Amino acid sequence: MKNFKEKLSGRVFLTLALFSILALAVITIFILVQGAPVIGKHGFAFIAGTSWSPGNGEFGILPMIIGSVAVTLGAAVIGVPIGICCAVFMAEFAPSLMRTIFRPAIQLLAGIPSVVYGFWGLLFVVPFISNHLGGLGLSILAGSVILSLMMLPTIISISEVSIIVLPSTYKDGALALGMTHWQTIRSVQLPAAKSGIVAAVILGLGRAVGETMAVIMVLGNATAIPSSVLEPVRTLTTNIGIEMGYAEGEHRQALFATGIILFVIIMILNISAQYITRNKSKSLKIK
Amino acid sequence: MPKLSPRASKRNSVNVSTKKAKITTKNLNLYYGGSHALKDITMEIPECAITAIIGPSGCGKSSLLRQFNRMNDLIPIARVEGEAYLGETSIYGKSTDVVELRKKIGMVFQKPNVFPMSVYDNIVIGPKHHGIRSKSALNDIVERTLNQVAMWDELKDLLHKPGQELTAGQRQRLCIARTLAGDPEVVLMDESCSALDPESTMKVEDLMIQLAQKYTILIVTHNMEQAVRVSDMSAFLMIDLDDDDSARKVGKLVEYAPTYDMFTNPTDKRTEDYITGRYG
Repeated sequence: MKNFKEKLSGRVFLTLALFSILALAVITIFILVQGAPVIGKHGFAFIAGTSWSPGNGEFGILPMIIGSVAVTLGAAVIGVPIGICCAVFMAEFAPSLMRTIFRPAIQLLAGIPSVVYGFWGLLFVVPFISNHLGGLGLSILAGSVILSLMMLPTIISISEVSIIVLPSTYKDGALALGMTHWQTIRSVQLPAAKSGIVAAVILGLGRAVGETMAVIMVLGNATAIPSSVLEPVRTLTTNIGIEMGYAEGEHRQALFATGIILFVIIMILNISAQYITRNKSKSLKIK
Repeated sequence: MPKLSPRASKRNSVNVSTKKAKITTKNLNLYYGGSHALKDITMEIPECAITAIIGPSGCGKSSLLRQFNRMNDLIPIARVEGEAYLGETSIYGKSTDVVELRKKIGMVFQKPNVFPMSVYDNIVIGPKHHGIRSKSALNDIVERTLNQVAMWDELKDLLHKPGQELTAGQRQRLCIARTLAGDPEVVLMDESCSALDPESTMKVEDLMIQLAQKYTILIVTHNMEQAVRVSDMSAFLMIDLDDDDSARKVGKLVEYAPTYDMFTNPTDKRTEDYITGRYG
């Protein structure tokens, strides 16, 4: 009887664990089945085509790919330096009291719903850009600002951990050589934590590429290829979000195909982050 | 009691008392929060000689060593009272620049802490930050220090190999080379052989004796044979009841004498008990 219970509980856990894998499989298959025909039909023109006009049967998502890349890179330019500096501050300079306030505050930043970010961006960032830099304000820049805030928690917490887990003997050794605290951070600790920090940035970028709600509200969503950061764009995610409600037939399939491209991009980012951190744990073992 | 090797006896025939004091402490105290880790340490450490700090585990040997290059500053609850001098300069003086102090007093740690970079970069990282930019000057430093630690021939073709891929013994000698690259006056070695095999230990000990011609060396060791083999002076520390308050225990310097004298004729009963193995 006892044996039976043991076996049964094992099975129950296995079944429930399989559900999460199953969900991934179902979603992947569904997207592939729905989206693959459009990619098959239009081929390379789907990715390289510059015109998105579902009414005329034109499905080129290059403007959206450019939009996603531009907004994400913009977010990285703003968010990565702030995030890494914040992580260094938390790991090396902050007094413990300040750390106990900062850490939950940064976690809270991750907990704010994305629609609230978007709303705040629309009411504050967009008018600010419009008033000070010109244009409508609905722009790549507005999206980048919002996304840079949204990627901060990921970058800060993972970078901070990768600095904290370094053996303290690195820091002691560098200080004992007569290096200053800043020299120690710059020349010993940051290089040693490099792989963790790169992984943090990549995961932050993945977060930015996948974000939809916040950017729908501030990007302006035009399907043309932008010529400056003050112009509106549409990203891969917002393309799906905006049109899914009314799309039918091939148009609908084209949105799923957009999803496939997005899926591939995020997969590549996540796998490379994992690969980089795995190499790190290998190199730490040599010690 | 450890047997005195011929080398130790010969070394000790040099009269250390004629040497100038390099580091002097007067009633140096160290507190960790409420506990009194070291009490009234007064000693003169002779220049260009090897001084060994010995004693049972937890008696404050490493803490004392870390007083000299102020590594205890990194511990927030640590507090220091009393005086310590490097030559004429006060170590704990208000105007003392800790970074400058640590350039003069280098330190080698218990475990080889090679940085995750090449052999070459490990050695030049100190000098580079101290303002040496010229490539040829840095190359010279690498060659000089690797020669000093007797590894130039082994490593001259592997300078750009990751330092962490060397053997443990090589890594520890690389750490010594890295310390020497900053041209210190004093080298502190905190149980620097305890993670090494006997052969590497012997190489490092030979190295210490070589280096003592030019540098003042302080070692912490839990290995009395090692103290006897290499050191000129020995300091015996232990935790004992506070003379002023018998309810408290403090870290004390029980005996400080030329190694030969201490191991042949200890003046304190506690030292005798320790070195004959009746304690600790």
